[in-house]
Formats: sequence, C-alpha cells, structure tokens
Amino acid sequence: MVNLISGTAPPSTPVRGLKGVVLIVACALVLVPFLAVLSTSLADQQQITSSGGYVLFPHDPSFAAYEAIFRGGVVTRATIVSVLLTVVGSGLSIVVVVSIAYSLSRPGSWGQRPLLFIVLFTLLFSAGIIPNYLLIKELGLIDSYWALILPGLTSAFQIIIVRAFFLDVPAEIIDAARIDGANELQILTRVMLPLSKAVVAVVGLFSAVGYWNAYFNAILYINSPEKWPLQLVLRTYVVDNTQVGGDLPGEVMPPQQSLQMAILVVSLVPICLVYPFLQKHFAKGVVLGAVKG
Amino acid sequence: MTLVLQRRLVARSNQKTLTGWQRFRRDRFLLLIGLPGVLLLVLFHYVPLLGNVIAFKDYAPYLGITEAPWVGLDNFRVIVDGDPDFVNALVNTLVISCVQLLLVFPVPIALALLLNSLLSERLKRVAQSILYLPHFMSWVIVVAIFQHMLGNAGLYNTWARAHDLPLLKIIGNPDLFIPLITSQVIWKDAGWSTIIFLAAMSRVDTQLYESVAVDGGGRWRQLWHVTLPAIRPVIVLLLILRLGDVLSVGFEQIFLQQGPVGLDASEVLDTYVYNHGIVGGNWGVAAAVGLVKGLIGTILVLGANKVAHLFGERGVYSKW
Repeated sequence: MVNLISGTAPPSTPVRGLKGVVLIVACALVLVPFLAVLSTSLADQQQITSSGGYVLFPHDPSFAAYEAIFRGGVVTRATIVSVLLTVVGSGLSIVVVVSIAYSLSRPGSWGQRPLLFIVLFTLLFSAGIIPNYLLIKELGLIDSYWALILPGLTSAFQIIIVRAFFLDVPAEIIDAARIDGANELQILTRVMLPLSKAVVAVVGLFSAVGYWNAYFNAILYINSPEKWPLQLVLRTYVVDNTQVGGDLPGEVMPPQQSLQMAILVVSLVPICLVYPFLQKHFAKGVVLGAVKG
Repeated sequence: MTLVLQRRLVARSNQKTLTGWQRFRRDRFLLLIGLPGVLLLVLFHYVPLLGNVIAFKDYAPYLGITEAPWVGLDNFRVIVDGDPDFVNALVNTLVISCVQLLLVFPVPIALALLLNSLLSERLKRVAQSILYLPHFMSWVIVVAIFQHMLGNAGLYNTWARAHDLPLLKIIGNPDLFIPLITSQVIWKDAGWSTIIFLAAMSRVDTQLYESVAVDGGGRWRQLWHVTLPAIRPVIVLLLILRLGDVLSVGFEQIFLQQGPVGLDASEVLDTYVYNHGIVGGNWGVAAAVGLVKGLIGTILVLGANKVAHLFGERGVYSKW
C-alpha cells in the first residue's frame, strides 16, 4: 500500500518496531513517575511497607494524606499563598502586558520606536541576582509578597506576542470604533480584546504557570517561613526530606511517603488542569513568536 | 463633535506633517495606557543595573549603597588572579554547558524526526501531549521526582534490591552530578523543544518527498535530502543562540541539588554569585563576578546573533 502523504511504502517492520519501542519508552519515562507519585499518595502504610516504598496501583485508594495536609498547617497555608500569588500576579500581568502591547501597536504613535526599544532591549541582558536583590531591598519589599509579584509582571516576550496580534487587527475596525466615538481605552477593551481572547488567555496562563512554579525569588526575598509559597514547602519536605506534619493537629498521621507524594500532587494539579489548553494554544504561540519575531 | 473627528481623521492621514508635540498631544491617552508597563520594565530591568556599582565598592548591608567606600577594581581580583572557588565555578559552568550542548541539543531533533515520521496523526498527538508535559513542571517538582525515582530509597533502587539487580548511585553522588542534571534537562525539556523543529518540518512541501520517491529513493533518502535540509536553518539558529548562552546553566535546578553533592562538583557561576554574595556576605566580589558574567553574556548573545546573520539566517533580533 502506498502512503498518500509521503508517496512511499510504509517503513519496514523492524524500523517500525524500533520506532514503537523508542516512543513507548520515552512516554513511559514521563508517565511512570507521575503514576508512582499519584498512586503512592493514595496508598496506605501497609501497602507502602510491603512494596518497599512506592506503589504503582493502590489496592485501596484513600485520601487520608490529602485530608492531613489540608487540615491546616504549613501546606494548607502555602497552597493558599501560592494560589493568591498566581491569581493576583497573572491577573495584573495580563492587564499590564495587554496595555503596553496596545499602546505600542498603533502605527505612527508618538515615541513608539524608542519605547519598543526599551521593551526589546530587556531581552538582551539581565542585571543579575545581586543588583535585583539590592533593588528589592531599597524598595523596602523584603519579606513582602509584592517582591514576588511585581518583577514578573512585564515580560518583553509576552508583550511582543500580544502586540503582534494587535498589529494584525485591520486598521479599518479601529477607525470605525473611533468614528463611533470610542476612546483608546474603549477601543482596547471593546474591540481589541474580544478579537484576541485566545492569545491573551495563553499569555495569562503562561504567566500563571510562571508564578505557580517560581521558588527562587521566595528564597531570596521572603524571610518568614509562614509566608512561603508551595514550591518552597515542597523543597523543604520532599527534596530536603524534612518530616511532614510536625505542626499538624490530629492523632494518627498517614505515612510520610504518602504525605510527601500528596504535596507533590497538589503542586502538580493546577498545571495539569491548564495543560490541555496551554498545549493546544501555546504550541502555536511559541511557533508564531519564533516565526514572526 | 464631527469637527473633532474630522480633524482627527485628517491628522491621521498627514501624520508626517504633525510636529512631535502635536503627535504627543494626540497620543497622550495611548501613552498613558502603556505607562505602567514601561515604568515596571524600567524599574525592574534597567534600575537594577545601577546596583552594579557595588562591584566597585566594599558594600555591607548596614552601610547602604551610597555610604559604602569605593575600592576601585579590588573586587575583580578574584577573576584576574584566578581565585580557586571562582575558577572551580567557571570550569564547572563551561563543562556543564559543553556536555549539555553535545548531549541535550540533539535529543529534540531526533525526537522530532521520530514524531514527524509517525503515520498516525492521533498517535503523534497523544505522544506530543505526554512528552510536552514535564516542561511545565517547576524544577522543584522535577528534582523531587528524580530523587524519588532514582534515589537510594527511590522507586528503582527498592525494586532493584528486591530483585538482586545492580543499584543506581546517582543521586547525591558528586561524580555523577553532571550526568544527573543533564538527564533532568532532557527529561524536562526534550519533548517541548521538538515544537520548533516539528513546525519547520510541517512547512516542507510534500511534493519534494514525492520526487524523491519517484527517483527511487526510500524513506532514509527523504530524511537525508528533504527533511534535514528543511530544518537546518532552525538547527543552526538554535545552536548559535545556545552558544551565546554558554555561561548560564540551569541555576534553579543546580541550586536545589547542591547540598548532597557539595560545591566542588556543583558550583556554577550563578550559584557562586548567590553563595558568596547573599549568603556569604562578600557582596562586592559577588557583584563583580555577576557583572562580568552579565557583560560577557550580553556580548555573546549579540555576537551569536551577528553570526546567525552571517549564516544567512534572520537571527532573533533582526526584525527589531
């Protein structure tokens, strides 16, 4: 049988077999760890002990570990902190990125080239850890959540992606709105945004993933452990292997292994929830950004 | 009202004849909308550059930036004289960069060729969905997963112990630190990095494949004469950009794993700056190292872009 796309016969059986094996191994390397993490978080002490620490298929799944970490205490607090940081950070980020992208997208506007240069030049350098730390310190933001939110609000890359979409909106539509008496803000919110919902959502989710995953800025700027976001708690309990639950109320603790895995799952869940959407749209966005510049 | 509108429309049509002040007045609301973003960019990208002055000072937190005494180029002595800690960090950075260039860079290309050769679109999409996922995980999650899979009490070793198989001693082993972080980078990003190659492959004219087939060439010839030439520009571009980034190796990733393996094996330039400056209190020295690293990095990125142009590629900043 001739394949219509490539015009040649399908590859020989050994080649197909080899490709299949490589593909299955690659996918298993990704999936098995996630499966082990999820299953172990649902397993009980008996099964964890008998299987030597990890469980791939829990006999009797229970949410005891999740109930324990959400009973209050460090993990509960850190989850709330992370959710708030992510929501506030990405929300503000959308507003700022969309505004600046719009103000730089009208042909022939005053100062557009130098302003664009200011934006793009930031891609070429980074001031480094120490100068950034000194700035946060001088601003009096040490130990403040704003130190984790403000520096990440603007990203030249995101501004460029949104601006590229705004540039593609036909000038006639904008002129029509202007003739109808719309001011710049109304044009942005009533005309541009509805036309570019998908890209704005993707940029927002991209920045949400960034806020959710960030941990080093918290190491730098946050001194009080009670203000830690989830990633830092994850580092302390799962990477550095500190005992979980020292501060938790309650009598019988679920197995440590399940608790650790449950924290890991909690930090994974939001990413997995937005992942299908990200994958569908952002793959395009990356390519567009790369091709269009 | 109509008069204003007319004037505005006229103004738009002869932009060239407007003075700067008139254009500024016309665009003032537009500029106001963009102002918060510009201020944030300036505050968090340009203002910190001023902090680099402490590279020329003997800074201490209780003195403050302005009070700290000037010391000229003293802080740069660790670089010029080759302080052992600094040299160790520099060598580790370069070795890690080179190893990752050789081992990490080709993986997504091979994976993209594999995905591209799949005949079933559905299978391809499922595989992509699975392989892209780790990209969105934080480094904390990736490192935690690696420890639980490959650590001494991890999934593999408990299983191997139960079956009398050889144990893996890779977590916390300084000799295997570079292979460990390299495999983490591959696990996290190889799938995601295929996107750009797959995009280049999808733009190949299918008639080219047919002509190879008509000339009696098999799939390997199609790969060699059509697919690879099609992605060559992307490969060259990414390779050059990677070279421009040679002084930066996964800071967050390495920082997380320094404890068990020690600094000899794991200190890189970025962690050196953090460990010596913010933790160790040698603010001036750390800032000097960071400044030199930043300058060389910027020059390398600009140079890489120039080289990309020489190769006839568009480069990254060409349009800007």
